[in-house]
Amino acid sequence: MSEQLHSLDATALHLSDAELAEIDAEIAHAPYRSAVAIDALKIVQSHRRWVSDESLEALAAYLEMPAAELEGIATFYNLIFRQPVGENVILVCNSVSCWIKGCEGIRAAISRQLGIEPGQTTADGRFTLLPITCLGACDKAPVMMVGEHKFEDVTVERIPAILEHGEGATPG
Amino acid sequence: MSELPLTRNVRPDLSPTGIKAYEANGGYQGLRRAMAGLSPADCLQVVKDSKLRGRGGAGFPTGMKWSFVPMDNVSPGHKYLICNADEMEPGTFKDRLLLECDPHQLIEGMILAAYTIGADVAYIFIRAEYLKAARLLREAIEEAKAKHYLGRDILGSGYSLAMYVHASAGRYICGEETALISSLEGKRANPRAKPPFPQVSGLWGRPTIVNNVETLCNIPHIIERGPEWFGSLGLGEDAGTKLFGVSGRVSNPGCWEMPMGTTIREILEDKAGGMAAGYQLRGFLPGGGSTDFLVEEHLDLPMEYESIGKAGSRMGTGTMIVLDDQTCPVGFVKNLIEFFAQESCGFCTPCRDGLPWNAQVLDDIEQGRGKPEDLDTLEQHVGYIGAIGNTHCALAPGAMEPLQSALKYFREDFQRHIDDGACPYRGAH
Repeated sequence: MSEQLHSLDATALHLSDAELAEIDAEIAHAPYRSAVAIDALKIVQSHRRWVSDESLEALAAYLEMPAAELEGIATFYNLIFRQPVGENVILVCNSVSCWIKGCEGIRAAISRQLGIEPGQTTADGRFTLLPITCLGACDKAPVMMVGEHKFEDVTVERIPAILEHGEGATPG
Repeated sequence: MSELPLTRNVRPDLSPTGIKAYEANGGYQGLRRAMAGLSPADCLQVVKDSKLRGRGGAGFPTGMKWSFVPMDNVSPGHKYLICNADEMEPGTFKDRLLLECDPHQLIEGMILAAYTIGADVAYIFIRAEYLKAARLLREAIEEAKAKHYLGRDILGSGYSLAMYVHASAGRYICGEETALISSLEGKRANPRAKPPFPQVSGLWGRPTIVNNVETLCNIPHIIERGPEWFGSLGLGEDAGTKLFGVSGRVSNPGCWEMPMGTTIREILEDKAGGMAAGYQLRGFLPGGGSTDFLVEEHLDLPMEYESIGKAGSRMGTGTMIVLDDQTCPVGFVKNLIEFFAQESCGFCTPCRDGLPWNAQVLDDIEQGRGKPEDLDTLEQHVGYIGAIGNTHCALAPGAMEPLQSALKYFREDFQRHIDDGACPYRGAH
């Protein structure tokens, strides 16, 4: 099967028209195709939540670069996911200002409620829990994000309402 | 009360200022002034005379940085201006305010900077998590294009500039200017050896300037009002105003624009309201996670590049992180070193292998497994890793700054962890 895949146009088989249109818009103002590697990984991820081996190979072919090189780029960046993630990615800031204000307790409360440790996804596929570096809202520490929403001055008591219906969100 | 140009459009509810409100409050007047009769050389002279220094942490004179860009136009091809909006220094939350509340101020500053160095393409490199800011900037770029402030033949001057937003995929090292350039080229964000400097050979091998958000936001005001006015904003040696921030256990954490040269005490006590009830001050990092600790004796120092430098630290980003008496200094430094170890790009050995070693030693001490010789090991690392020139970039030397100063000011805390075989602060959190 995989040989057959390579013998055909891997790109046409795998990437959607919408993905290709967005990638082409980036290529239009880049000096060469592989220059948009990071934008393209983010575009694929925005459509599929993560970057599978198949997506990576198709993308590398489309950008005219070795798949191994694209893999090196994908795994370098903290927010390119090479494993499936849940519908909502929870990012809990663990940098120093949030640490002073008790982010370890916040992380533990989320783990207790969802039954997952950092790096894991809930069985129902709703949530993935990840640590994140300083989110740049240190005066409102502790801070976390769920998907595209930011939550400031988080307390352990607020965790259930945040996870169940995003209570108290501000745009990221 | 002196003038506060950078935050004049920042509203109490922090809602964004659109192009109409920005223009109504004098926005794009600096650009109009330049397009109507200032040459790039005129603009460069004004910025040089203003004595503006980079607000991203290093404090390099902005006009001098720009002056290294070749202006002979002998070699054909692009020149680039990049705004570094990859705000990821622990404890730093100043650029977010400027990006979210007044995107046009940044865009006007970028157009003027690009015009001065002869760039025809500009990028805003913004961190992945600043989603709202990235959306506002994309909208603001379209608004500016519609008004002929951006695009082809800006305000009939014949000068053209394209501007794009690039959202990062998340890595602290992208804030280092040569790493940022590598990342913008679609590669792993490895910093490059200098020389060549980006001003000569940067993005795709072409002349490139990388400036911080706050630096660029000063430019429209300097071009419009002039260097004398800008100089008069500062209280002492340094020109202009600065965004200062305070986080940690203080009564009123936040970020405020104040004159350059404001004392640390005024920022900590008047703006941040002093320590939170029940907490005492032990020390603070004056400008983000990679600056040396200062302590109570330094409170009356002005926040200026030279004075903070003489005290053994750096003004850095100007956003302070406060250490209180109930937070473990060893844990505080361990958190920072773990951050730097994780975010090292892995290219240079002292950084890739040295920082995790330090993190391990600090973890041992913090967990009560420390040995008497551990402090010597840390001191040795400060010497090796902290030395400028052993690594391509300043990540590893910066990481050593809070550690070396913690060993100086809070040595008894490290010693007590080792002697007691336990963290004396455990349970305080």
